[in-house]
Amino acid sequence: MAKRALGINPSTLIGWLSVALVLVLTLGTLLAVFGRAEGASSIGPSDWVAVRFTLLQAGLSAAISVILAVPLARALARRRFMGRGLLIALMGAPFILPVIVAVLGLLAVFGRNGIASTVLVWAGFDPISIYGLGGVLLAHVFFNLPLATRLILQGWLAIPAERFRLAAELGFSCRAVARHLERPMLRAVLPGAFMVVFLICMTSFAVVLVLGGGPRATTVELAIYQAFRFDFDLSKAAQLAGIQFTLGALATVVALRVSAPMSAGSGLDRVVMRWDSSAIWLRVQDSIIMLAAALFLLAPLAAILVAGTGQVFRLPPQVWLSAERSLLVAMAAMTLTVLFSLTMALNVVRLRHRRRLSMTIEAIGYLTLAASPLVIGTGLFILLFPIANPVALALPVTAIVNAVMSLPFALRILKPAIMEVEQTYGSLADSLGLRGTARLRLLILPRIRGPLGFAAGLAAALSMGDLGVIALFAGPDQATLPMQLYRLMSAYRMAEAAGAALLLLILSFALFWMFDKGGRMNADT
Amino acid sequence: MLTLDGLVIQQGDFRLTADFTVPTGDRVAVLGPSGGGKSTLLGAIAGFIRPTRGRILWNGEVLNDKPPGQRPVSILFQENNLFPHMTAEHNIGLGLKPDLKLSESERAQVNAALIRVGLDGLGKRKPAALSGGQQSRVALARMLLRGKPLVLLDEPFAALGPALKNEMLDLVNDLAKETGATVLMVTHNPEDAHRFAPQTILVAEGAALPPQDTDALFANPPKALSQYLGNPNADE
Amino acid sequence: MKISIFAAGMSVVASMATAQTPVLTVYTYDSFVSDWGPGPAVEKAFEATCDCDLQFVGTGDGAALLARLRLEGPRGPADIALGLDTNQTAAAAETGLFAPLSQPRPALDLPVDWNDPLFQPFDWGYFAFVYDRTKLTNPPANFRELADSNLKIIIEDPRSSTPGLGLLLWVKKAYGDDASSIWSGLADNIVTVTKGWSEAYGLFLEGEADMVLSYSTSPAYHLIAEQDDSKAAARFDEGHYMQIEVAGKLASSDVPELADQFLAFMASDAFQNLIPTTNWMYPAKLPADGLPDGFSTLIKPETALIYSPEQAAAIRNKALSEWQNALSE
Repeated sequence: MAKRALGINPSTLIGWLSVALVLVLTLGTLLAVFGRAEGASSIGPSDWVAVRFTLLQAGLSAAISVILAVPLARALARRRFMGRGLLIALMGAPFILPVIVAVLGLLAVFGRNGIASTVLVWAGFDPISIYGLGGVLLAHVFFNLPLATRLILQGWLAIPAERFRLAAELGFSCRAVARHLERPMLRAVLPGAFMVVFLICMTSFAVVLVLGGGPRATTVELAIYQAFRFDFDLSKAAQLAGIQFTLGALATVVALRVSAPMSAGSGLDRVVMRWDSSAIWLRVQDSIIMLAAALFLLAPLAAILVAGTGQVFRLPPQVWLSAERSLLVAMAAMTLTVLFSLTMALNVVRLRHRRRLSMTIEAIGYLTLAASPLVIGTGLFILLFPIANPVALALPVTAIVNAVMSLPFALRILKPAIMEVEQTYGSLADSLGLRGTARLRLLILPRIRGPLGFAAGLAAALSMGDLGVIALFAGPDQATLPMQLYRLMSAYRMAEAAGAALLLLILSFALFWMFDKGGRMNADT
Repeated sequence: MLTLDGLVIQQGDFRLTADFTVPTGDRVAVLGPSGGGKSTLLGAIAGFIRPTRGRILWNGEVLNDKPPGQRPVSILFQENNLFPHMTAEHNIGLGLKPDLKLSESERAQVNAALIRVGLDGLGKRKPAALSGGQQSRVALARMLLRGKPLVLLDEPFAALGPALKNEMLDLVNDLAKETGATVLMVTHNPEDAHRFAPQTILVAEGAALPPQDTDALFANPPKALSQYLGNPNADE
Repeated sequence: MKISIFAAGMSVVASMATAQTPVLTVYTYDSFVSDWGPGPAVEKAFEATCDCDLQFVGTGDGAALLARLRLEGPRGPADIALGLDTNQTAAAAETGLFAPLSQPRPALDLPVDWNDPLFQPFDWGYFAFVYDRTKLTNPPANFRELADSNLKIIIEDPRSSTPGLGLLLWVKKAYGDDASSIWSGLADNIVTVTKGWSEAYGLFLEGEADMVLSYSTSPAYHLIAEQDDSKAAARFDEGHYMQIEVAGKLASSDVPELADQFLAFMASDAFQNLIPTTNWMYPAKLPADGLPDGFSTLIKPETALIYSPEQAAAIRNKALSEWQNALSE
């Protein structure tokens, strides 16, 4: 018994191994790339321009996403209507879409030939030109508004119902409620939401390149790309990746320090009873906000649906095969993400009294947000090549890298949930000697089912749509669905590519929906 | 026998000392102003708070380095004494085996405990489907099954009405007598102390005093107690 | 004793297995090996003649191919690298990873002379701006006209894409020191600059621009595969820059004869017949049957522009910074 108490239990061990894996995949691959460099080169002025543009577009994207998310989250928090759950779920779809699919959807609405332009031209105005910083911001808001909304919505739902009752009892106006209840919550929640979106936009690459309109819109990630592909300057690529990490690490530390802990991922189906917001004009206002957001987020999805519907069932068998392969990879990545994030979150919570250590582990978990997929892929290749055939490992490697790329989101969802369980029931479990696997099985897992389902769904969907490292490793018969989509496009088969895009959209969303819903079914409170 | 040997708990500015023994089988009230350190004292005995100095012993065995689950202690908190996602049976079963892999005879024990606390037939219900009093009974049934010799009650019945609370205290009393357990019960209600505990530990001004006869204590309250009680004479 | 005999037996069997079906590993870009590219048919045709196992390995896009070879170095499994173009061959030669081609060399049908000792072309094409004839009746005849027009174009980024680099060198070759001013003139025509050809062409087909930088052979796809004659390439009177796609033999190959055999096969009709309608480029050696019908409708540039590999390597950084500066103003 005493021996077991001293010995490390499997979950703790896997948690530490996960930390090591993340370090190898981020800093390890960076060092591998650096070590393989022939001769040193230095960062030039054009690279600093790229850094500045990266910070500018990421900062603006995050600010706009978060600012727009506040009224949307408020409307969703205080209104109850048919299909509200479906709307919240559907609104999450852009976040899990492969970039190229989403961009084509966006262009079908906001492009030169899109619906919005057509309407404008018909009304006698000039068509919209979204290319440039504006287009980059539009796309980033499209991708991240749902995420920001979800994070902020959780903040709203975390305000205890009793406080709204108290506010009603005291006859608070809507404005007073905002001042005394909502603003303190936003103050705690917004920095975290801002930083997550900021980090995502910082490493965004394809969006910036497609919609950026030219070399003015050069990000650090593109500079890394150039260093690799155009100059084969590994030293510079590694240095740029190092800068990206540093910026990411700074942002993460600020986010962890500024944002207040809060529970995430659970109970979104709850509507807070409110007594201060029944005025007609407030209802109209909320309805308009929700309608506008739904239009903005769902119209591009509808465009993808329209473009692909006729094609899906005519897709050649190779596409279906690659869809099956992608599903397998996604399931594997999902399993690994859950394993890594759960064990890491357990360690973070277990070591919460050693604040610095626990914060370090958590920060390492977020590291992949600032990682360049190209550096990870190349570094991994350099590390694996001497010991194994990278092509044979393409799919497992893709699953592992995808899993680690989703880790930050899963960690952010699971950690507060586990923290809450421990704070509420930890003492009882301790006093009963509920420890190790039994504690996980009987206490923690049943109580974090909702957040766990959400994290699993997100991980599966993100992996499904990821092009990432597979392109560097895969042999001809190992194409995943996003890869096959690109292959169709490079063979001029745009119509079939639209079908493949729709298939990808449906599968990603179905995966997300299944796990997210599954986590909530029969959930006990 | 519970022995607190030169115990000092220091938490920032807060400091609590205790140096006394509680004989086996005693029922003792832990009384004092809020913030005085009653819960801290129980927390230290249960293993949630690490003492700064001194030793905690049970029958001569030092408990200081034992994790809470391995101490000869059952504790009931003010709230969250049951896992809401588990049935009453499972909540009770945890007292026998934390991994809930119960044998046939252990399941029978759980059933017997349910009957003993008056919850026959309610084993399949989850806490949300039980009343406050029934929830307390589930926690007590688990305590009974665990059979730990030292029982700590950190105001688990505070949310219950007076009649129900008395019913629970009587049940605790009966169960403690059956198992011969030593009971420490935090309260700030002198009546509870009278009703339940022949002995009382007064916790005030940074010190937990040795157990004294409850009736004698109230008959002749020291300054800290009379201040806490406000009007000691009205109480007598 | 028994064990060592068993082990010896195993190794004999293993070496027999490799002796029976030698493996030829060909690194190439991803779209070549895709189900819609030449890869599957090439593999079938070559394996019918070689008694070997031809294994294609897709390495991402064209630029990734050379990076992959450099990362692996001489210990890599590749026997052939297929799909480099003349803008990369100087850097590729510099790595020392490639072995000289065997003699005699097959005769080719290129618009320019070819005598590179390391690399053998398998197809070629002209870069060109493709447009929709039903929407644009009077296409520009050169870069200056394009710059002066209000036409919207989509181009690829030279830092991440082969056609993008091709356009950069096209303008440089045609205009020399005036390239900067051409780019400044084009700046307001450029809708956006994409990462690769697929995105650019996709956006064009979605109607995001009047013209897209592609190949003079692109309209043949729409004509032959979709019976759609609306797409055309604009003929520029400065001439068109060429892309010549080549293959080379790795010095580290453990099956050099087989690699030579593949390179010879590459110039045969069996291979070259596949090129026009799978890679949608011109075959490096005109097959006996000639080109498919649709190809006769394509534009025929007066002048074929191209830098030698050494010139391309020497000039590309200067051309790139001119491009960046002109478009960042």
